[in-house]
Amino acid sequence: MPIPYYPGCTLSTKARGYDASGRAVAKALGLELEELQDWNCCGATFPLAMDNLLAMTGPTQVLVQARAHSDRLVTLCAICYNVLKRTNYFLQSDAEKRDRINYFIEADYAGDLRVQHFLEILRDELGFEALKQRVDEARKETGKSLEGLRVAPYYGCLLLRPEKELQLDNAEDPRILEDLLQAIGCDPVDFSHRVECCGSYLLVTSPDLAADMSYAVLQSAAHNGAHLLVTACPLCQYNLDHKQAEMARQHPGFKPLPVLYFTQLMGLALGLNSDDWGWELHYVDPRPVLAGHGL
Amino acid sequence: MARVRLSRERVRGELVRKIEELSGQNLLACNQCGKCSAGCPAATVMDLLPNQVIRYAQFGLEQVLEAKSIWICASCQTCYVRCPHGVDLSRIMEALRVIALEQGDDHLRPQELDPDEVADMPQLAVIAGFRKYTMMGG
Repeated sequence: MPIPYYPGCTLSTKARGYDASGRAVAKALGLELEELQDWNCCGATFPLAMDNLLAMTGPTQVLVQARAHSDRLVTLCAICYNVLKRTNYFLQSDAEKRDRINYFIEADYAGDLRVQHFLEILRDELGFEALKQRVDEARKETGKSLEGLRVAPYYGCLLLRPEKELQLDNAEDPRILEDLLQAIGCDPVDFSHRVECCGSYLLVTSPDLAADMSYAVLQSAAHNGAHLLVTACPLCQYNLDHKQAEMARQHPGFKPLPVLYFTQLMGLALGLNSDDWGWELHYVDPRPVLAGHGL
Repeated sequence: MARVRLSRERVRGELVRKIEELSGQNLLACNQCGKCSAGCPAATVMDLLPNQVIRYAQFGLEQVLEAKSIWICASCQTCYVRCPHGVDLSRIMEALRVIALEQGDDHLRPQELDPDEVADMPQLAVIAGFRKYTMMGG
């Protein structure tokens, strides 16, 4: 049965390489993602004021759409995941407010959908052992491997926190990206800033602060010998990648570090055609580093 | 530093009530251990440290609404994950932003943004910015 997939606004445009590589990887692994019909914006932030029910109508509408087709919904964007899953948790835990939101949007949603990140499906349904076998098979065919590639797994905030509501992994000491990177044959790099904030939407109001926060993340990865960094969030990708122009101006001797989506790296490990995975949208072109490792 | 006068009226006053209602948090659950400030990735540029924001809020001191810190918090939730009493400071920060926005001007004005930079940004950053920093987004 196909899994309803919610791309969200940014994966449909500026992060289309994440969307394209994610869909290609899912297809290669026999996971059938089907884009949700007529989806709307999730709102891009989970409303934190207790009386802000209006901001929850958008994400609730997405859940209602998905529930009409399935008992679950999958996302790639970490922000959409956070907003949709937190909204779902809120609707599950407060029946009175759920009724009010249902009334606003003329729906009858009971809160009985599972919101999943694609990473959870890879870990819990396909399994990393099966993934490893697929990667080994691909390696035999193509002769290409990620061996020796040192990759910094960057989680950021919204995949993990708050742990009580998301329950994807341990918020302070997660393993899911490290385990995935090992399964696809590269070396995960341990670094201090893997769950620190990149600066997020401070990009809009305090761009210098966002650049400083992202710089700290990149330096931590680089000091530990990373050749590149992977993320599951299009806003982290932008802050960490596109802000490197500013970082190079501010910090003499700064060395650029490519920032990829984990799906792009998975796709390369599976030997898929990566021509339309949005490499031109990256500020630091990852292709030379990948080519240096025979990819 | 100016002296701060505390009173029962303030501690039991309207500002404290409103912060607690909007945030859903019990301000007095915080015993000022400081873990939130220790882990906050933006604390170095804040005028009031995260635990001080709660302290001001506990005492009902309106100066907290003038603090730059409430606009610097990016709701990364590190403080919430680490708080030994389960206080969700990101919700308290949101409550303070909502009250400050109700009383004053929007913190983000579209006309002040550089169109070229906005065109380059992922749109979810722009949407999130307007949701967090203007009454419109609320």
